[in-house]
Amino acid sequence: MFNSHIFRLALFLAAGCCAALGEEDIRVGEFASLTGGSASFGQSSHKGTALAIDEINGAGGVLGRKLKLIFEDDQSLPGQPATIVRKLISQDKVAAVLGEVASSKSLEAAPICQENHIPMISPASTNPKVTEVGDYVFRICFIDPFQGTVMAKFALSKGWKKIAVLTDVKQDYSMGLADAFVKGFTANGGQVVKEQKYSTGDKDFKAQLTSLKASKPEAIFVPGYYAEVALIARQARQLGIKVALLGGDGWVGDSLLEVGGKALDGCFYSCHFSAEDKAPAVQNFVARYKAKYGSEPDDMAALGYDSAGILAEAIKRAGATDGPKLRDAIAATKGYAGVTGTISLDAHRNAEKSAVIETITNGAMHFVETVTP
Amino acid sequence: MIEFLQQLINGVSLGAIYALIALGYTMVFGVLRFINFAHGDVYMIGAFAGLYAGPKALRLFGGQPGYIAALLVLLFAMTVCAAVGIVIEFLCYRPLRSRPKLSVLITAIGVSLFIENVCQDSHVFGPNPQAFPTIINDTAIEIPSSWGTFADLTVTTSQILVIVVTAGLLLLLTQIVLHTKLGMAMRAVSFNSVASSLMGVNNDLIISFTFGLGSSLAGAAGILTSIQQPSIDPLMGILLGLKAFVAAVLGGIGNLPGAVLGGLLIGVIETMVVGYVSPTYRDAIVFGVLILILIFKPSGLLGRGQREKV
Repeated sequence: MFNSHIFRLALFLAAGCCAALGEEDIRVGEFASLTGGSASFGQSSHKGTALAIDEINGAGGVLGRKLKLIFEDDQSLPGQPATIVRKLISQDKVAAVLGEVASSKSLEAAPICQENHIPMISPASTNPKVTEVGDYVFRICFIDPFQGTVMAKFALSKGWKKIAVLTDVKQDYSMGLADAFVKGFTANGGQVVKEQKYSTGDKDFKAQLTSLKASKPEAIFVPGYYAEVALIARQARQLGIKVALLGGDGWVGDSLLEVGGKALDGCFYSCHFSAEDKAPAVQNFVARYKAKYGSEPDDMAALGYDSAGILAEAIKRAGATDGPKLRDAIAATKGYAGVTGTISLDAHRNAEKSAVIETITNGAMHFVETVTP
Repeated sequence: MIEFLQQLINGVSLGAIYALIALGYTMVFGVLRFINFAHGDVYMIGAFAGLYAGPKALRLFGGQPGYIAALLVLLFAMTVCAAVGIVIEFLCYRPLRSRPKLSVLITAIGVSLFIENVCQDSHVFGPNPQAFPTIINDTAIEIPSSWGTFADLTVTTSQILVIVVTAGLLLLLTQIVLHTKLGMAMRAVSFNSVASSLMGVNNDLIISFTFGLGSSLAGAAGILTSIQQPSIDPLMGILLGLKAFVAAVLGGIGNLPGAVLGGLLIGVIETMVVGYVSPTYRDAIVFGVLILILIFKPSGLLGRGQREKV
């Protein structure tokens, strides 16, 4: 009697499982931080991803099936991504995993996806190590040094031949950008007239700036983070340095304009996406995003959107959802027209794409142009 | 040559800040013979006092930055810091006065860590850097082109201000110490605290007064730095405090002109190292100077050697 109850219960459970696992939906896992320290990044990227999945399903899905997004919040806590991705793979049987923005979290999840042969696409982790984990791990944003190359090309296009570089020695990010900038700039006829350094947390940059000023540069490349860049800009202007400062996406931060103020007018930096870009694809995306969420999409939202788009396109080309086939299809992504530029994946599973240059005028950030390396 | 002169100007204006803070270290050492390691944090509190008082002072003057508004902010921060300094001494150091000097020293480190960590709480100041309000239009002063190559030099309003205010406060301080009854009492306590109390000096009062005076100078330094570098955070006093301590030792701890000389020297050395050697070695060289001074001239540049009486 008792046994037959258990048997029935087991049958019932098995039936339930089979129904959920039916051939209807293709399951896609996503993890991001909706709460905690990096919540603002996670919320944006999740909104972008969810919008893309809705649109793909609205247009009939892929391979005649709908995509089902299974989302988990990692609460910005270390340790969570590993737990979540294990659950997504073993319980939810997802075909692929999308996430995370923060490189440290992607690095936690990547080995698990690699082990289980489930492709993982990070929308915005820029640390080179992320995709080095293995051949199932991809990213659709550019990596740090790439921005240096882009800014070198931009500086040359502005007609600047003599540039000084001011690097933050405590940040790999800053050093990587500076190296790539110097290489790209000098290889194409530019001259780096002076290099100076500072450390994260410094407040006084007058000594470095005085020495840079003496080399009479036409622009200064400052690939640091916003907290120091704002002070550097102010002190540069006080010392009578009138040339433009150039930088990367580390400039984007709340207090940049608050502290830097007018000193930053006429400066340029590179980033992933601009809602002001007049390209029709971007404007369409901005309109749809606004209609759904009532706010303008930022870099992370656009990258989240593209990560889901690339996955859907790869599933179509693969014609299947099993790990190895899907992996090969994602790796073969060429010339995908996303909202953050035309994306191709290289042999190291990193994105080759364009970057957006923005400028600051009267305390606001504005789109300038898109640069392809 | 112009670059060197410019670095010298940068160095002196940075050194003036170190000097103000070093004065506080040196005064406290003078009367109590111990190093108040929480002094750098009092400086930080001064900057945050300015953050709160700044917008209010500006509102009084129709939102226009100006010298009177800045003076009000400066006085407010100095008052707040004086109070904080007196309270710290009363609560943390006074109960330990008869204990070994080491206990007080460790307590000072504890007080410093306590202030830093409490202030990082988001209900107090929060851990993130905050923008300091513009209370003075900090612009470069035009040097007439008739000065030839010197016209390339840049001096900003805030640099002049820092040097002027530091010099003014130093004058005021020497007046207080050398020409008032309180100052005489301070010197008496410093010379021999037992004898001074026998002579009717209220030692507790004098020590509180010294803490208040030294802390108010740190508060002034907090405002002056924030005018130049308008981004402040609860940990801004750690490294600056340590360097000011080095400055005080370099000049001869317990010696007022020595603290100023030490501050200026450290500022100039630091700027020159960054400008001509490598920014990476900046702090290494500053603290290297401390080691050299302790080896070759333990009493500092202007300090008098004291022989232990047996």
